[in-house]
Amino acid sequence: MNKLIIAVAAMLPMLGSPVWAQDTVKIGYIDPLSGGGASVGEGGLKTFQYLADELNAKGGILGQKVEIVPLDNKVNPQESLVQAQKAIDAGIHYITQGNGSSVAAALEDFVTKHNTRNPGKEVLYFNYAAVDPALTNEKCSYWHFRWDAGSDVKMEALTNYMKNTPSIKKVYLINQDYSFGQSVRTDARKMLAAKRPDIQIVGDELHPLLKVTDFSPYIAKIKASGADSVVTGNWGQDIALLLKAAADAGLKVNWYTYYAGGAGGPTAIKQANLDHQVFQITEGIPNAGFKPAIDFEKDFRAKVNMSLWYPRAVNEMRMFKAAAEKAKSVDPVKVAAALEDMKFEVLDGGEGFMRKDDHQFFQPIYISSFGSLKADEPFDEEKTGWGWHMVAKVDTAQTIVPTTCKMKRP
Amino acid sequence: MLELIVISTLNGILFGMLLFLLSSGLTVIFSMMGVLNFAHASFYMLGAFFGYQLSRWIGFWPALVIAPLLVGMIGMAVERYGLRNTHKHGHVAELLLTFGLAFAIEEIVAMIWGRSPMDYRVPAALDFPAFSVFSTNYPAYKIFMLAVSALVFVVLLIVLKRTRVGLVVQAALTHPTMVAHLGHNVGRVFMLVFGVGSALAGLAGVIAGPSLVTQSDMAALLGPILFVVIVFGGLGSLPGAFIASLIIGLVQTFAVALNGSLASMFGPLDPGMGPSVLTDIWNVTIAQIAPILPYLLLVLVLIVRPMGLMGTRET
Repeated sequence: MNKLIIAVAAMLPMLGSPVWAQDTVKIGYIDPLSGGGASVGEGGLKTFQYLADELNAKGGILGQKVEIVPLDNKVNPQESLVQAQKAIDAGIHYITQGNGSSVAAALEDFVTKHNTRNPGKEVLYFNYAAVDPALTNEKCSYWHFRWDAGSDVKMEALTNYMKNTPSIKKVYLINQDYSFGQSVRTDARKMLAAKRPDIQIVGDELHPLLKVTDFSPYIAKIKASGADSVVTGNWGQDIALLLKAAADAGLKVNWYTYYAGGAGGPTAIKQANLDHQVFQITEGIPNAGFKPAIDFEKDFRAKVNMSLWYPRAVNEMRMFKAAAEKAKSVDPVKVAAALEDMKFEVLDGGEGFMRKDDHQFFQPIYISSFGSLKADEPFDEEKTGWGWHMVAKVDTAQTIVPTTCKMKRP
Repeated sequence: MLELIVISTLNGILFGMLLFLLSSGLTVIFSMMGVLNFAHASFYMLGAFFGYQLSRWIGFWPALVIAPLLVGMIGMAVERYGLRNTHKHGHVAELLLTFGLAFAIEEIVAMIWGRSPMDYRVPAALDFPAFSVFSTNYPAYKIFMLAVSALVFVVLLIVLKRTRVGLVVQAALTHPTMVAHLGHNVGRVFMLVFGVGSALAGLAGVIAGPSLVTQSDMAALLGPILFVVIVFGGLGSLPGAFIASLIIGLVQTFAVALNGSLASMFGPLDPGMGPSVLTDIWNVTIAQIAPILPYLLLVLVLIVRPMGLMGTRET
């Protein structure tokens, strides 16, 4: 019964796909398009489709049309492997994924094994958002490239900012109970202990991933702990509902987040009236005042009707094109070689590079707070009238963390 | 500590009453018709989306009345043109029908409204803190939810136990031919019962939508726990569902508040043992397993008292 449903459900998206043509570069987009992560996955899909259109308008990649093939993985590692196999069977050589480090670990392993067993039919895995440090350390793979800053890089930057904020005295950690959430909590503990030993960790919570409907019990706990700041890596509905519950209960703390800017987050912050009390760490913000990024954001919002959550996806797609042109081929093996140590001017300005040792992209990182806009800040979020305000920019050189990756090269 | 207990109790009751509002319709349908409606949570979702859409057009208060009526009508149509035809093939056919319906509704909702969360706001008239305890605010809207749930409980109980309509409905379940011979239209009675049950789910949706999240997977998120509530309370028992909802609400909120683990009770394991499954179990806190506790309760109840808390027959 269940198997039948899964089989039918798995076949449905295939019906809508066009006939495979030889002169297209297809990128399999493996992310949740149903279930609790769907809102995030759909945003990502729209972003990649916009970026493919952008490339196609300028002649595609080496004259070949770029096409995004959506594949729904329901944030489930097993389902992702089914989808990846399906993509490979359909002749796709590039897959991209971002939501869920558990999924990313499974895909990274899968792609590595596939490429070892099928020389000549290699597949590259472009990771735009799964930030578990393990993916570029102990689990690193030659076939995996990551454009988002690893969770350790982000925490490094975040704690550097918190270090210089003396009002922080009691910190509460709340994270999703899976590899990424756990890495946020361990990194936060480790780095805060090193940089600000006087800060007290008054709570350390893990809750199930995308399963909680009502966060008020957690909010009650945060309140009872007397925390003045909360650090969380929550994403999707887990951050929106968390902030919503905080708003309802009238909890007034500072929030240090990775993903408060996701769907529903800004609305909840505005409702809670937490003016510049929610901080986010990203590789780009709309209001940084860099002209090409502002123009991009304007056009993106007009066409896709959402704000750009993933400046890194822009970097990923543009860099893919640049690498293919450098290699004069869309052969995954040649593209992978071209990507190594490649330098690239990122969307929000400044130079980044793809480190050869672990295939981690390093780029400038921004810390921003959400609240009422200043005169020179044109972009608000979710029609709240509030937007992101830059509080700190960390240059590429300051974001580099060591890696333990021992890359096996083909 | 006192603060945490008081607040957890309040949160638990609030969440429990929402669960009751949701499960009341399900348990009414089951007790009257013997149909376990898998699509019940989907009717709840429809209620939330209709409520969202209507409140955009004509405001929240009219939506509060119209959306449940719409959902009730859809429910009646499902009974009239779906369940009635499958009824003669037995309960499995009915179950499969509602099971398929749940998937269909989710996909249709996703097609119309997309999969992103809707910006469904609390009405302005209720958007203020009603009171605060230990400087934690309780929004007026949550109190409103509580009041509606309590009202639904009382009204349902009176209608079923104290009125002629309730008598006919209950008689129709056990002795349909007799009731028909007495001049009542049994088919219509069943259709109305199913409609009322669906409308209750719709009402829960309209009310819960702004407070929780309104998106196309909300049915899947709350669906399983509804079955826990009605099995735990005793299939078909309205007071049972009421008590079970409150217990589950309280258990879940209190479990989240507790940080205890085996490690904190008996001390950490010997570090020489290294990481293993045992260390995982040893270090897991009650807060971490809070979301699975209701299901654990379900299993326990089925073992110890298969008819549930207040049920009269074996499940």
